[in-house]
Amino acid sequence: MTVQESFEPDILGFLCNWCSYASADLAGVSRLQYPPNLRIIRVMCSARVDPTIVFEAFIRGVDGVMVLGCHLGTCHYMTGNYYTERRMKTTKRVLKRVGLSPERLLVDWVSAAEGERFATLIREFTEKVRKLGPLGNETKLEPQKLKTRLASAKETLTQQRIRWLVGRERELVEDKNVFGEKVSQEEFDQLMLQTIEKEFAKRRILLSIKEDALSVKEIAQRVEASPREVLGNLVSLERDGLVSVVGIEGKSPKYRVAGG
Amino acid sequence: MRVGVFICHCGTNIGGYLDVPQLARYALSLPNVVFSQDNLYTCSEAGLTAIKKAIAENKLNRVVVASCTPRTHESLFRSTCREAGLNPYLFQFVNIRDQCSWVHMQERERANEKAKALIRMGVARAVLLEPEEEIEVEVNPWALVIGGGIAGMTCALSLANRGFEVKLVEKESRLGGTLNSLYKLYPTHEEASRLVQARTEEVKKNQKIEVLTSSKVKEVRGFIGNYDVTVRQGEKDRLFKAGVIVVATGAETFKPMGIYGYDGKTVVTQLELEQMLKEGRLDADTVVMIQCVGSRDEKRVYCSKVCCPTALKNAMLIKEANPNAQIFVLYRDIVTQGTTYEDYYRKAREVGITFLKYSLERPPVVGNESVKVYDELLGEELTLPYDLVVLSTPMVANPDARDLAQILKVPVDENGFFLEAHVKLRPIDFATDGIYLCGCAHWPTNVGESLSEAYGAASRASIPLSAGHVTTEPIIAVVDEDQCSGCSLCELTCPFKAIQVEATPKGRKAKVIAASCKGCGACGAGCPEKAITMRHFTDEQILAQVIPLAEVIS
Repeated sequence: MTVQESFEPDILGFLCNWCSYASADLAGVSRLQYPPNLRIIRVMCSARVDPTIVFEAFIRGVDGVMVLGCHLGTCHYMTGNYYTERRMKTTKRVLKRVGLSPERLLVDWVSAAEGERFATLIREFTEKVRKLGPLGNETKLEPQKLKTRLASAKETLTQQRIRWLVGRERELVEDKNVFGEKVSQEEFDQLMLQTIEKEFAKRRILLSIKEDALSVKEIAQRVEASPREVLGNLVSLERDGLVSVVGIEGKSPKYRVAGG
Repeated sequence: MRVGVFICHCGTNIGGYLDVPQLARYALSLPNVVFSQDNLYTCSEAGLTAIKKAIAENKLNRVVVASCTPRTHESLFRSTCREAGLNPYLFQFVNIRDQCSWVHMQERERANEKAKALIRMGVARAVLLEPEEEIEVEVNPWALVIGGGIAGMTCALSLANRGFEVKLVEKESRLGGTLNSLYKLYPTHEEASRLVQARTEEVKKNQKIEVLTSSKVKEVRGFIGNYDVTVRQGEKDRLFKAGVIVVATGAETFKPMGIYGYDGKTVVTQLELEQMLKEGRLDADTVVMIQCVGSRDEKRVYCSKVCCPTALKNAMLIKEANPNAQIFVLYRDIVTQGTTYEDYYRKAREVGITFLKYSLERPPVVGNESVKVYDELLGEELTLPYDLVVLSTPMVANPDARDLAQILKVPVDENGFFLEAHVKLRPIDFATDGIYLCGCAHWPTNVGESLSEAYGAASRASIPLSAGHVTTEPIIAVVDEDQCSGCSLCELTCPFKAIQVEATPKGRKAKVIAASCKGCGACGAGCPEKAITMRHFTDEQILAQVIPLAEVIS
């Protein structure tokens, strides 16, 4: 038996009270059998699932996360699952940026009547995550490094700019912005990816100088970026009052998180 | 912190698969847990008394029950806590039956590990729970009944007779629904038109009922006690308020296009036969009826259950009018449940109707002049010449049902029929408070059953109407003004307009309108400042449950 085959993935599912949680109950009432890898956390609506909660689950070592809501158009709270859809799309993008397979996060819709479909989803997702292997299998990073990256990713998803874009995506793409212009989905996606890139880079820098004061060169090494790029981000972080120069070693200034 | 954990055997439903006493011992080993117990049935009188006793004796300030599902039993255990003097929101449910013992029957060891993890997650959340006060909202004493068939009319009358104003919305130009197309009703053979006329008159005479025909529900907003309803009547919209809603939209009969040479002339449906009988234009000496046409097959698995008695009734009516008529009923199984209908079947045999059993694998073949059928009991093929072939087709969900389901935000099942909250415990409620269902909108029912459901739904709906108020869960958003930047993203996100940004001395800040907030949490999970907390579902309470399995096993 290979490692992958004997590996039992640890999966957490965030299920909405009205549809998906009910479908899980129906699967039970119907005695449908599925692997015990999934543990369910009930929320009132899938839209309650903050992207940072998903990342926190990965940081704590869970191998796969499911977010299941009502079918689009049948949300108990009218539009909740549309927000879920867009937030989780961004969450998947950040997962990818970290180097993890976005397939470790499953977002789907199951109605209260779909016990059979629920059981099938669990069987399939469990197999998928089993094939992906333990969390980080695809990154080949040492556990501590992966954890740091995940922590940066979680921080990225707390950033105003990202949360604003996610919250406004539907409006921007489907309606118009304040200037009466409609943003195409491609343009929006491009903007989102750039923003994720930028914010992720900044959060990694901040995390690297939380404890130690480091030079640009040292930071660049830790966050796997060019010194030029790091310097650019440091300037912007300094302007925002998030980092400060705490000393100079030779010719290079040492940076540290402000107030740290 | 003093947590008590109660683990239910649920008879053998949990106890037969998980090691419940071991789970109880495990629970006691968890931080903050001072008491644990396993019960045969935690929801029984004895179980509930045990919880109250344990709260008093052990000064418990958090209660965790690991048993079935919060969707059916949370309110019961919350009430128990309340009776014992504990705030009901300090109760935590752990689902180890529907989502553990029942679904991992063949993997008991792993299921047991999972149950441990679920209990640990529940305890972790329980510790962080806070007491909450329920919100009381007024109930407008008006009902909306959707569908003016026999179920809808009966329900409307029952509500009106209790003194409540009812709006009865019917999409057709007249009341009566499916019964308008029927001839006589089994098993009494009374005329459907007489029943419909009598009921329609009653409805029209009733001062409390306003009938809106040629009307469709277009939009429903709000919640129990406070629905804002828009009904499209002809070219104009009518707006009114309702406290409760009953769905009685009925069903349709499946049209067997392309099956058994269906042509509506010599091969007809039972519904079309009713029309022929009603108009006295049936001219056939040999009639072959085929049961289960378009039902109990791969595409439509359910049994429509009214088609067997309907076929018996129509066969007997034909025989009554024309004693020389030869009638063959080709069936797979005759479904005539209960005392009345089994007698009815016997009677049909006695009057000389011939029953021939066919199988799904070898269905009858309808030719131009005869039907060929392989009789399963005889073991040979028979050729039956016919004047008329009648196909017994099932009731199918109303095609409008899905649209209405979306408007009301209630579910339909895989066949498109409306889905009740719980098949046994809440058979005529929807999971959403304040919305009820009855009749064929729910599943195929005969007139008697439709009436029972209609009276039931009226009775259920009149509970909040008579009380005049309901309490709603205090699961609402709370804004931390110091963190709020007044960006108004939450205002944009909220589908209930329950959060508004207002000017305050500290600048523009979001304010929650508690009575309108439904507690979905969409605002909080998107807030750029993370300034919104969802009561009873805080980040901390959710994250407390995010415990990797490895941590539980080690």
